[in-house]
Amino acid sequence: MGSALIDGLFVFMLAGFIGFEVIKRVSPLLHTPLMSLTNALDAIAVVGAIVLVGEHKSQLSFILGFLAVVAATSNVVGGFLITDRMLKMFKSSRPAKS
Amino acid sequence: MNTEFAGSQHIIEIIYLIASVLFILSLKWMSAPKTARHGVWAGEIGMILAIAGTLLHHGIVDYKWIFVALAIGSGIGVPLGLVQMTAVPQRTALSHAFGAFCVTLVGSAEFYLRTPDVPPFMMAVLCMEVILGSLTFTGSLMAAGKLQEVLPQRPITYKGQNLVNLGLLGVAIVAGIYLVLHPGAKQLFPVMVVIPLLFGIFMIMPIGGADMPTVISLLNSYAGLSAAAMGFVVGSKLLIIAGALDGSSGFILSVIMCKAMNRSFSNVMFGAFGQVQASAAGGKEERTVRSATAEEASGILAAANRVVIVPGYGMAVAQAQHKVRELYDALTKRGVDVRFAIHPVAGRMPGHMNVLLAEADIPYDRLVEMDDINGDFPQTDVALIIGANDVTNPAARTDQSSPIFGMPILDVDKARTVMVIKRSMNPGFAGIDNPLYYLDRTLMLFGDAKSFVNSIVHELSGNTH
Repeated sequence: MGSALIDGLFVFMLAGFIGFEVIKRVSPLLHTPLMSLTNALDAIAVVGAIVLVGEHKSQLSFILGFLAVVAATSNVVGGFLITDRMLKMFKSSRPAKS
Repeated sequence: MNTEFAGSQHIIEIIYLIASVLFILSLKWMSAPKTARHGVWAGEIGMILAIAGTLLHHGIVDYKWIFVALAIGSGIGVPLGLVQMTAVPQRTALSHAFGAFCVTLVGSAEFYLRTPDVPPFMMAVLCMEVILGSLTFTGSLMAAGKLQEVLPQRPITYKGQNLVNLGLLGVAIVAGIYLVLHPGAKQLFPVMVVIPLLFGIFMIMPIGGADMPTVISLLNSYAGLSAAAMGFVVGSKLLIIAGALDGSSGFILSVIMCKAMNRSFSNVMFGAFGQVQASAAGGKEERTVRSATAEEASGILAAANRVVIVPGYGMAVAQAQHKVRELYDALTKRGVDVRFAIHPVAGRMPGHMNVLLAEADIPYDRLVEMDDINGDFPQTDVALIIGANDVTNPAARTDQSSPIFGMPILDVDKARTVMVIKRSMNPGFAGIDNPLYYLDRTLMLFGDAKSFVNSIVHELSGNTH
């Protein structure tokens, strides 16, 4: 139990540093799509909600889990969709090499 | 049963591992527009793998309702993914709210399933998850409402506001600490949900539209942190990683926004923002401005070699980006070098202007960040300001008494000619007078951004014999 939490803290710390280094390099040009993309990725919380619905341990956890799956899925679908739509619009004036 | 059980558990963990790699690559590929779409695909594949892997979870007995929920969620998500580009800031705020909503619900469900057998550390993380989740939920809804203009955009302030807000947060934290010490105190849990819900509302009340870029980034960061906390609670390393990535992304963006407005991070953290009051209102002497017509403006633009356009939120409000594109085309055709100067806090969220201009098909290599273009203004013939105000205010450099003193600005006043498209002489959002408008080299173009740009384009195309 205790070691699982410590493991989690290590993962959190490392992922925080990776996030910091990776996101620092994102061009300010793309800050809006970056935010919608991280939002979609964040909706991976849906996995926790799916388990709640699937396990059906109590009526309350089932209902809360159900609503959570709906909310998170809408973020997944909407987030990826709008990020891709935005990125499609960014074009260079120099002809792309094929 | 045991070996089979452990086997499927390992498969799920390996799927999550692959998804984590894809998520990190996804953000890495966002570094440049060329690779950015690969980033979206990587993220999508990672997401599908993770959801599919979760369905293998041994404890799941009921699939029907999972698929129903997934279908309803997708049905809501599609229209949210198809909104107009001008509505992206409020859509983003809304999705922060949805993410936080999910986290809060899962946190609550886990609490009632597990209490009172919750070890102190786990309870502390759970409390953090629920507190951050619920304040982000209402805070983001408020922000979305302000951006959609269903709520007043003006800051609402009253005496002792910060005290009330911090007091509320304090009550929630105390309730959390009590729960850590007495995990059986079920009756306290609703307090820990409701109080932060109220706090979220009060937190956004004093914030005005111009501060939205910082606030949205901050809410982004909170949403990420609450998801990471949920990762601890449900024991999902993948979620911890995704939450940490989202949290650090929001954090970095808030820091960038703070720097671009010359505010300290703690100033923003403690909700004292949006309170830049018009203190410089006194000592108003009658100063003359020079105005010009579309015909005169187009003559000057056509004769220029280098033009820099400075877009601001006013351009988004007037939906003028497509007309601006026509202006860009007309001038480029005449051999004028046209670029766009983008201030980090122009608009209502980080990168807002870039998206609008990209939507209007303006090539992204024409969009130049503040630090890269500021040195070029002395060699610029015309700086054309469309719907931007405070980010061009030279008082930020020179006038120590100005509320925006020290804020980095676009040095448009160094251009040979400055043109400002503006509805009237009313001061901008922050209520700060802009000395730029009284310079000898400044021409005021009074009118609606869209129709004025349109008449300039009209003049330019009419002049080609």
